[in-house]
Formats: sequence, structure tokens, C-alpha cells
Amino acid sequence: MTRFMFPEIGQFSLILALFFAVALATLPMVGYFRQSRLLLNTARPLTHIMVCLVVIAFLLLAWAFITDDFSVLYVSQNSNVDLPLRYKFSAVWGGHEGSLLLWVLILALWCLAVALRLDSLPQTIGPLVLSVLGWVASGFLAFLLFTSSPFVRILPDVPTSGGDLNPLLQDIGLILHPPILYMGYVGFSVAFAFAVVALITGNLNAYWARWARPWTAAAWASLTLGITLGSWWAYYELGWGGWWFWDPVENASFMPWLAGTALLHSLVVTEKRGVFKSWTVLLAIFTFSLSLLGTFLVRSGVLTSVHAFAADPTRGVFILALLVVLVGGSLLLYALRAGQVRSSVNFGFSGREAWLLLNNILLSVLTLTVLLGTLYPLLFDALGMGRISVGAPYFNAVFGPIALCLMVFMAIGPFSKWHHTKLASWWIPILGAALLSMGLAATIVFWQTFDWLTWCSLSVAFWVMSMTLLDWFNKQFMAGKQRLNQWRTLPSRYYAMVIAHFGMAISLVGVIMVSVNSHETMLKMSPGGQAEVGGYVFVFDSMELIKGPNYLSDRGHFQVYQQGHLVADLHPEKRFFTTRQQVMTEAALGAGFTRDLYLSLGEKLEDGAWGVRIHIKSFVRWIWLGGLLMVLGGMLAAFDKRYRQKRKKA
Amino acid sequence: MKRIVLFLPFLVFLVLGVVFYFLLGKDTQYMPSALIGQPVPQFQLVTLKGEQIKQTDDLPKGSYLINFWGTWCPSCHVEHPYLMTLAEQGVTIIGIDYKDQQAAARQWLRDKGNPYTLVLMDELGQFGLDMGVTGAPETFVVNAEGKIAYRLQGVLNAQSWQVIKAYL
Amino acid sequence: MHAVRRKRLLFIVLIVSLLASALGLVLYALQQNINLFYSPAQIAAGEAPLETTIRAGGMVVEGSLARQPDSLTLAFNVTDFQHSLRIEYTGILPDLFREGQGVVALGKLRADGVFEASEVLAKHDEKYMPPEVTDALKSRQMTSESSY
Repeated sequence: MTRFMFPEIGQFSLILALFFAVALATLPMVGYFRQSRLLLNTARPLTHIMVCLVVIAFLLLAWAFITDDFSVLYVSQNSNVDLPLRYKFSAVWGGHEGSLLLWVLILALWCLAVALRLDSLPQTIGPLVLSVLGWVASGFLAFLLFTSSPFVRILPDVPTSGGDLNPLLQDIGLILHPPILYMGYVGFSVAFAFAVVALITGNLNAYWARWARPWTAAAWASLTLGITLGSWWAYYELGWGGWWFWDPVENASFMPWLAGTALLHSLVVTEKRGVFKSWTVLLAIFTFSLSLLGTFLVRSGVLTSVHAFAADPTRGVFILALLVVLVGGSLLLYALRAGQVRSSVNFGFSGREAWLLLNNILLSVLTLTVLLGTLYPLLFDALGMGRISVGAPYFNAVFGPIALCLMVFMAIGPFSKWHHTKLASWWIPILGAALLSMGLAATIVFWQTFDWLTWCSLSVAFWVMSMTLLDWFNKQFMAGKQRLNQWRTLPSRYYAMVIAHFGMAISLVGVIMVSVNSHETMLKMSPGGQAEVGGYVFVFDSMELIKGPNYLSDRGHFQVYQQGHLVADLHPEKRFFTTRQQVMTEAALGAGFTRDLYLSLGEKLEDGAWGVRIHIKSFVRWIWLGGLLMVLGGMLAAFDKRYRQKRKKA
Repeated sequence: MKRIVLFLPFLVFLVLGVVFYFLLGKDTQYMPSALIGQPVPQFQLVTLKGEQIKQTDDLPKGSYLINFWGTWCPSCHVEHPYLMTLAEQGVTIIGIDYKDQQAAARQWLRDKGNPYTLVLMDELGQFGLDMGVTGAPETFVVNAEGKIAYRLQGVLNAQSWQVIKAYL
Repeated sequence: MHAVRRKRLLFIVLIVSLLASALGLVLYALQQNINLFYSPAQIAAGEAPLETTIRAGGMVVEGSLARQPDSLTLAFNVTDFQHSLRIEYTGILPDLFREGQGVVALGKLRADGVFEASEVLAKHDEKYMPPEVTDALKSRQMTSESSY
């Protein structure tokens, strides 16, 4: 009968975790101000215990799902006996309570990572960073316990089957998407903690940037991966064939990414040149604030979207209070303390710092435009001016040109030198690369008859690629007194940059191609019929009815021919989930390196005909391929050898 | 001058916070039912007592209330005495025992008294889903034409009764 | 020293012009791409502009969905229980489209009073009611309360 105690143990360990988090939030702080080494040193053991308790709580909830313990309300709402095991596990974060627990778990794991690397930080800084993370953890543990505990029981009469997981979430992409996305979101809390500690101690030197860099890079890489996965998931699961919808919840994850990208670059300047210090600190606060804001928007029900959780005003008020305390508090601290931070006047207006400043300005502008577009309907509504929506056209119109502009500078930045670059030394290669990429773009545009905007954007993409390669070639073979056949070892953080920039360009190619060279039709087809879309012939062979573990499905058989050759067999499905009485479209994909065939079923019409949606998506995979390259770049930057060294005399 | 600039992010954030706060307030406001002006959706439910199957046709003629409740719902405890008062005044109330257990519900009615003309079991919440119920207690007013005229989310008491009465 | 100052000036001009064009772009895009929501009653009262992209929504009237036999063109009525609006659409309806449920459509109002939708949205939650629809129904509720 002990199994029936597990949810109570879970609840209890969460309560204990809250106690330890509060202790972590206060004791090392007190230790710092009282100059007590003993209190400062409590940070590490307190972190370890808190992490253990959170992990225990999470495992117990997972156990409740795996063993179908429907006496737990949250389990009975989000799982079902018929659910396959892997979805039972992912159902742990399928609803509000569990995903919040996952949030806390990931925060705890980041705390653990910091605690394990404590030796690489000065003796006062490390415990304080953990302490600030303790504030964040206390806030979220309290939120979890007071408004949304996942361990609430329905006793004495336990339901026997459960309400099932939202079918939309029954998918491999969703098993992975939230944990990785949260890794990124929450990871920025480490950079945030470093920033707050720098403000508290007033000790804002170049070392600060060096400590914060690997953590920021790691969080950035996770967030990039999370967004990439999310985009891929939306593409094949939502059945509309789009890969990015400018949905408020997508924006909520995209804003910290933009701000985090800016932070990553401004940290470089702060480390190398000792300038932009207070700006970098503000960016670090800003990035994590945007993560919190995203959490607030998704969970308070202020925004409604595909991903939004059910509205609950008490939760909204609680998380708003949390937001105000954490963000408001740190911004106030910033206002009070940042005035004391002085940058050494070391800024060259033609050097790399100028390009990085441009990068920061443009990224901040991008962040603000997305923020404005996301919040505009809310502000409009708050002022009583009516209900509006700001759709994808706004974002496309604003985001496109600014992002292109950013990418033009992105190619030049690495080429330039710190402080001052002589124009004469680089205009020939730049001109060469520019002409080459414009020519290449022109060839493609001429061949495929696209418009001049496409030509512009393609030129930019090729320009980034060629400049990045050129720069690498320069540094590899030409720099210093090296001869051509001598192989220099460039630092891995340099390769990190090259790979990430290259990935960005590849994503851009994907984005351009998919938007100008795609075909899309919706048509009515009957078994035996065929249709031609973009040079492919789709033959509708037959329909069959199949039975899945928790759904019934109409499955179509389609063959796709190109010039008489069979290129793909597609099996799109229309699933009916019996417990939730909900219909889901499963699109069928014929994936390829240069194009995807995308087919999804609409409604069943009279006499066996079906509404069918067919897309030919040009180069769509490149978007995610580029994303993965950026992730690789971020990982390389995070694990650069230079950051691994142990503490020196600080 | 520089110091004031440093306060700017904080002030902007404060303004945003205030806006968010008022937006949060909005969600607590009255939520109309999608079903207003519509007849009660089709159902087949088992009665709490005799385990007979009842259908939409078995609903009473004339105006009445449909009250969703459950033994698991703390506000339903608060609401119950007022329902008893209404029943004494001769108001017809159909009780829907929502996502609940039979034994517990029977015990509840034995202990507290039964204000309902008819109690139906909606164990899985399917009927609740059809009615757009988001929680318990919720009360629907069905008028003499058999159409849903009003929906109340939350506790039915003397105050909310003043509003509801007009729809009967 | 002079060259440095000129460079700095150049840089600041560059930044300011970038920011200004970004701001202009934002304002322009916001003006162009905001879609106001109108309820069927507002449309019936002639408040909505013709041939402009707007959003309209309400509850789908039971039994009003009609399809053309040879294409994916279909039409249905939405109502706020005060007035109803005919919506025409060619394409595939979302999975959660059901009669008796709330929807929001994006499109243009034609002179004959029919709403030509380019997109129909029904969200992914059976409990979900588009906030505009809620509001439209709420305002109808208020007028009916005062008339009792």
C-alpha cells in the first residue's frame, strides 16, 4: 500500500524544497553582507539538497503517470490507461501544473550545474549567484505549491481511466520540445544572476563577462534548439504547413532569443574591450525578464493562443506579482547601482565594437518590434479601443527588412578588427564577396523568375556565407607569417561563431525559398482521382479505417509521381480521439533536401471525397538545418576550453 | 540626467505591470454561455437514486434551474443551504452531479438534504462539456420555452438570485 | 582627433537614421496590418467598412453549413444571437470547427453583406471561446438585461 503515499511524499518534498530555496536565497546573502564565510559556504549544500528534493518530486509525479495513479487529479486529467507509455511520460508536462514542475526542475538542474562549477568562480561571487538563483527558485516553488500543485488527490473514489492527454500533444516533438525550450528560458536565469550579483557587489570587471559567457551560450543554444524543434513540430503537427505563425506564445520564446543573441554579442565586447558594461548588465536582466514575461503571458490567460493554458485569475495575479518582484526589483537595483559603473573609454568607431554595437541596436529593435506586436492588442484592449489582432503581415513587414539589415552587418563584423580597422585593407575582399553573391543570387533569380526582393535577400544570405568563409580562410592561412600549407589551430569559440553565422545564412535561404517557391492548393479529391501540383502528380489511391491505441483513424493512401517516377507514398490521417471526442489531422510528409511534399486531409465530403491540402515546400528543411548549426555553434562556444579553467587568485 | 535614464527601464516595466494587472481583472468577468437562446443539448444520463436512464425529453415543463455540483467542490457546500431555501420556495432545480462519485453524492444529499427535483450523474463530465461548464458550481436558467436563458458561474446566493430570477 | 570625431558623427547619424527608419516601418506596418474585430450586430448596423480586411465571428448556427458540390467552397452563418452573418469560405475548415461553437474569420465584407473569409479560426481547446466572441455575446447580454 506504500505506493499510495507517493503523491504525498512528492508534495512534501516540494514543500521542503521551498524551505531550502528560501534558505538559499537568504543565508549566502546575509553571509556576504556580514562577511561571514560560513554562511556563504552554505550555498553549495543548500543547492544540492534543494535539487535532490525537486528531482524526487518530479520522479514521483512521473511515477504516478506511469503507474496510472488516477487518484491524482492532475494525472486523471492528462493521462489515460490506453495512452502509450512514452506519452504517459511526456504527459507529465502536458498540462499547466506539470509543466511548471518541469520549469522548476530545469531551474534546479541549472543551479546544480552552477554549484558543480563553483570552483571556477571567485569565492564570494559563486555563492551569491546561487543565492540569486535561489530567489527565482523560491518564487516558482511558491507559485507551484500555492496555486498549482500537481499532487492534489481526488479521494476517496478514484476514477478508473482518466481524461486523456490533449491529442495535439501526443507526439514525439512535444516530448522533447518543452524541456529543451525551458532549458533555454531558464538558463538565462544564470546570466541574470550574474548580472544581479555584479550590481550587488558593484564589482563589474571584464571577468564578470568572462564568467557569464559560457552560461549564456549554453542557454542560448538550448533555446535555439527549443525554438527549432517547436517550429518543426508546428509544421508537421498542426496540419497547416506553416513553420512559423507569429503566435503570441511563439513570440514569447522568440523575444528572449533575440535579446539573448544580443547579450551573447555584447558580452564579447565587454570581455574584450571593457565597454558597454552597464548595457550588458541591462541586457542580461532584460533577457531573463522576457523569459519570465513569456511565462506570464502563456499562463495567466491574458493571451489566448494555440498553446495557452486555461485561464485562472489567481495564477495570473501570483505570477504577475512574481514578475514584478523579480524584474521590477532587479531593474530598480540596476537604476540605483548602474550609475557607478564606468566604462573605460576604449571605443573605436570603426572597429569591431562598432559593428557589435550595431548588432546590439538592431537586435534590440527587433526584440522591441516583436514585443510591441505581441502586446499591442493587449494595450489596445486595455485602453478600451476595441479588439484587434496584429497578424503575421505586421511581423513580416517589420521583421524582414531589419533582420536583413542586421545580416548585412553580421558578415562584416568578424572581418573587422578591435578598436580600429583600416578601410583600405578590406574593401577588395568585401567587394569581391558582394559581387559574387549578387551574381549568384541573380543567376538563381533569373532561372526561377523571382522578384528583386528575393534577389536582395538571397544576395544577403550568400554574402554572409562567402564573407564567413573568406574570413575563415584569411585567419586560417593568411594571418601573421603563416605559409599557405600550415595549419593553425583557431580557437573553438571562433569556429562557434563561423558555424552559427553560417547556420543563420542557411536558415535565411530556407526562409526565402519556402516563401517564394512554394506551391499550395486545397482541393476536393476522391479515391482514384489525381491532381498535379508544382510538377508533381498526386494520385489518391484509397482510404482505410484503422484503429490506434486511443483513437480511430481514416488513413489515405496517396502516390506521388514526378515525370512518371514514383517519388513518395504518403499516408495522411484524420484521427478521432475517443476519450476527448477530438479530431486531429496528421499530415503526411515526403521529406527531401530541396523540397518537402506535404499532404493533409481536410473534412470528409459526400460520396467518399475528401478535402485535401497539398503543399510543395521548397528548401523548408534548411530552416531547421540552419537552426541546428546555430545550436552546434552555441554548444561550441559554451564548452570553449578557455572557460574551463579553475579559479585563479581572484 | 544619466541617473534618470537608468530609471527608464524600471518605469516602463511598472507601466506594463499596471496594464497587465487590469487585463487580468478582465478575465474574472462574467462569461456568457455559448448556449444562451438554445435548447438544452441532448443527453442520456443515469439518475443518482434509481439508476434509471433519463433523456432530454424527461426534463420538466416550465422554467427551472440546472445546477452543476459535486461533493469535491468546496463552493458547493456554501451554495447548498441556499438551494434548499429556493427548493422550499418551490423553485424547480435539476441537479447534475458533475465528475463525482455516486456513493459520496448520495451521502451528501442524505446529510444535507436534497433540494433537487431530479439528480442526474455526469461522471465523465460529458454533459458538462456540452453545456460549456468550466467548473462547479454553475447554474443555468432554462425558461418556459425550454431555452437556456442565463448562466451563472460560481455560487448561487441571495444576491445572484436577484439577477437570475428575472430570467425564469 | 578630427578624423575620430567625424567618424563618431557618421556612426551616430547611421544609428539614428536606422532607428528612425525602423520606427517608420513599425508605424506603417501597424497601420496596415491591424485587423479590427466586428460582431454580426455591428456589421448589420453598417459599422464595418467594406472591402477591408477585418475579422468577424460568433457562434456557428446549427445546420447552417452548406457546401458546394464540386469544390471546397462552403458557407455558414454565425450569430451573436441578435443578428447573423453569412460567411463564405473556400478551403479546409480547422479540425475544431463545429456547428454551435465559436469561430473567428478573417476576410472582407462584400457589398451584398456576405463576409468572404480567407481564413477561419477555431482554437485548439474544446473549452476555448475566442475572446472577441465572448465580448460580442457579452454586449448582447447587457442589452438584453436592460430590456427585461
